[in-house]
Amino acid sequence: MSFRYSARRLRLQRLSTPCNVSRTVRAPAWQCRGVASTANAEKVLFPGALNSEFTNTLEFLQPSKSKDAISTYRCLNQYGEIIDKSVGADTTDEEALELYKNMVKLSVMDLLMFEAQRQGRLSFYMVSAGEEGISIGSASALHPSDVIFTQYRESGVYLQRGFTLAQFMNQLFANSSDNGLGRNMPVHYGSKELNIHTISSTLATQIPHAAGAAYALKLQNQGTVGRIGAPAEGEEVERVVVCFFGEGAASEGDFHSALNIAATRQVPCIFICRNNGYAISTPTSDQYRGDGIASRGAGYGMTTIRVDGNDIFAVRRAVKSARALALEDGGRPVLVECMAYRVGHHSTSDDSFAYRQRVEVEDWKRRDNPITRLRKWLESRKVWDDAAEKTLRSETRKEVLRAFEEAEKQKKPSLKYAFTDVWEELTEEQKAHVGEMNDILKRYPKEYDFEGYEGGAGGLEELLQKK
Amino acid sequence: MAAKTPSMRVLSRYLLKPQAPLHPARRSRPHSRQYSAAAAGARLNVPLEYDSTPLLHHTSKAALANPELPEHIRKGQTKRINLYTAVNEALRHALQTDERVLVFGEDIQFGGVFRCTMNLAADFGTDRVFNTPLSEQGLVGFAIGAAAEGLRPVAEVQFADYVFPAFDQIHNEAAKYRYRSGSTGVNCGGLTIRMPSGSVGHGALYHTQSPEALFTHTPGLRVVVPRSPVQAKGLLLASIKTADPVIFMEPKILYRAAVEQVPVDAYELPLDKAEVLKSGKDVTIISYGTPLYTCSAAIAAAEKDFGCSVELIDLRTIYPWDRETVLNSVKKTGRAIVVHESMMNAGVGAEVAATIQEQAFLRLEAPVKRVAGWATHTGLVFEKIIIPDVTRVYDAIKKTIDY
Repeated sequence: MSFRYSARRLRLQRLSTPCNVSRTVRAPAWQCRGVASTANAEKVLFPGALNSEFTNTLEFLQPSKSKDAISTYRCLNQYGEIIDKSVGADTTDEEALELYKNMVKLSVMDLLMFEAQRQGRLSFYMVSAGEEGISIGSASALHPSDVIFTQYRESGVYLQRGFTLAQFMNQLFANSSDNGLGRNMPVHYGSKELNIHTISSTLATQIPHAAGAAYALKLQNQGTVGRIGAPAEGEEVERVVVCFFGEGAASEGDFHSALNIAATRQVPCIFICRNNGYAISTPTSDQYRGDGIASRGAGYGMTTIRVDGNDIFAVRRAVKSARALALEDGGRPVLVECMAYRVGHHSTSDDSFAYRQRVEVEDWKRRDNPITRLRKWLESRKVWDDAAEKTLRSETRKEVLRAFEEAEKQKKPSLKYAFTDVWEELTEEQKAHVGEMNDILKRYPKEYDFEGYEGGAGGLEELLQKK
Repeated sequence: MAAKTPSMRVLSRYLLKPQAPLHPARRSRPHSRQYSAAAAGARLNVPLEYDSTPLLHHTSKAALANPELPEHIRKGQTKRINLYTAVNEALRHALQTDERVLVFGEDIQFGGVFRCTMNLAADFGTDRVFNTPLSEQGLVGFAIGAAAEGLRPVAEVQFADYVFPAFDQIHNEAAKYRYRSGSTGVNCGGLTIRMPSGSVGHGALYHTQSPEALFTHTPGLRVVVPRSPVQAKGLLLASIKTADPVIFMEPKILYRAAVEQVPVDAYELPLDKAEVLKSGKDVTIISYGTPLYTCSAAIAAAEKDFGCSVELIDLRTIYPWDRETVLNSVKKTGRAIVVHESMMNAGVGAEVAATIQEQAFLRLEAPVKRVAGWATHTGLVFEKIIIPDVTRVYDAIKKTIDY
């Protein structure tokens, strides 16, 4: 980098010599970085690290050993007991019950959809098992008008915000009611109403997007730019962006560049890492050698916390506080690392027992997960019992299956959506391609079956008629 | 010390001031041609005359005669500016008229390494015109996110050679955002990515590239290359306004070299139209950006020597490109040559030539010729044989006419 940079400087020198020498360049404030150190100064005063003190001991900074790894914040222990009674659960029983029901709904949907994929009725699926607390807990701590970017294992965020079972199923089946218009793989949800950007498969690319979006919100929060689209009723004036990603994605260059630019631009953005121990088959020991993802936050000059992802109350409290911090002093980024264990396979295309022991998974399932932990708390509050559990599970199951069958029956979107929305308008080239494809469909009707598509094989006609 | 070797003082003086020529005899040569000097007897490969080229508007009247300009602009004033100033004026106008416009990139705040963002930070504040960390994928990703939330960011990649770290963001994200968002309608169409591109005489491997063909293979992007200050201003303003993400490549050799009369007020030029720069009847040359000047010089020599008449077309927008104008011309002339700096294989020329072959086959009297960069990298001292020059275009006209 440094070589390239100097090469650029050299180019600048060469190209910019003859012109505009008369124009005086104002010395801007951002270039003033202090003066050179004096002989007796305690501090170095190099512009790159202004607060560094001199030392005459040659000592390398060592990464933290396991004994002093960053602590993991929690409110509830594994028995569903509040640890710090003075703080409490920070929730009403009704609210906690809602969160619980949503976690159960998510896990029931996951089980059924995983099975549906195994039966070949869906092309693909990814479950959230073990991470329901992270997505649902964090979403519940945000304002509905906050903007969210997700990776793909955050279905709970959608559920908590009000994405309906029908909307989930429409997307999974890529039917004509899918707001992705049948273009994306299953689980790549998106919703304008819920302020969640559509998921893309490329890992970590959403992290710099979140930084940029947060900058847009920052300008709106401070009134530099008018609100883009009038705020809906009940919307907060000050908003933050929340970005989810796994610990594997955090190895991508986009993670680095995003956190760095978020810190330099001081954007109101909460980066939530789901550290579930695996990126497909790769254990974290092959992913990084530092103290998880949280330890990197300080390197970017970012407020950071590590949270027990199996404790929905801890996640909620952390994200709620992070939101307040993110809006302080005009905005700043906050990093939240939620520790979890990926109980399910990576996806329906993965058999995780090829790289980890079945007993390890069973152990996690049995010993600790966000759903049972909250259930224990609810039972201790006497607002939940086995009978209620049984009813909830069977009714949720029926509800999911109803939505599933409804969605499966629907037609696929019209063929025209294969071509629209690439550019704002159809290009001349596209019109020619549509014409050619339409001609093929007409002349080889027996070769194609578009019965199940809206408008059938004639779906392209509409584009050709549009002038 | 042998008397013939230059003294240490002379050498160190030279090293301190690398722009000062060692030999006084070379003092008169234009700076940018430092490594591309032609032989003493050269008639074709002489330095390009930007001062007199017919491609630039040297008078106010010529500039205002452009029928693409809106009526009120054609009645207005012009002033003589170079290409980087035209870019600066476009950015200034965009910042002035739309509060959603942001301008950022590496070293933007002090004016940019090519002076394109001079004084913008001071006039519009560092909230809207600012430096980013040195990370192309980061700053382009940041721009996409800002655009997806409704802003109109104009991001700068310092050299087109350094756009590749951001390739994933451009190809997989910017280009696909609207499509994958489906009926939610969310998109990052407000995005414009500017980058200086093309040869500059001594840019070697990483200050010379013209990677436009890589972006023309990506559905969802618009790729624009202006050839002059008038175009830079009009096309950049149209790029910032359009609802599609735009890759705006500025030929950096023209930043200072191309000077012409440019309307003072703001105007836009169409993003889907090629421009016929000179009409002719025997052969059509299709090009864009800097090589147009090479083509113009070659055409002047060829018309004189062979008594032919050559039509010159500036594509301007490389993708989606104006097939109609090109095909109409080739159907008339029957011969076509495509000229660009980047490598021939799978370059823009391949697409243009294939389209001509497909849609003007019966009118063709010669194979479509491509004059482009050879299949190699741009080694520092070899640029003069790698980037198409006047001789190669001249020879292509000769061969195509003689076919």
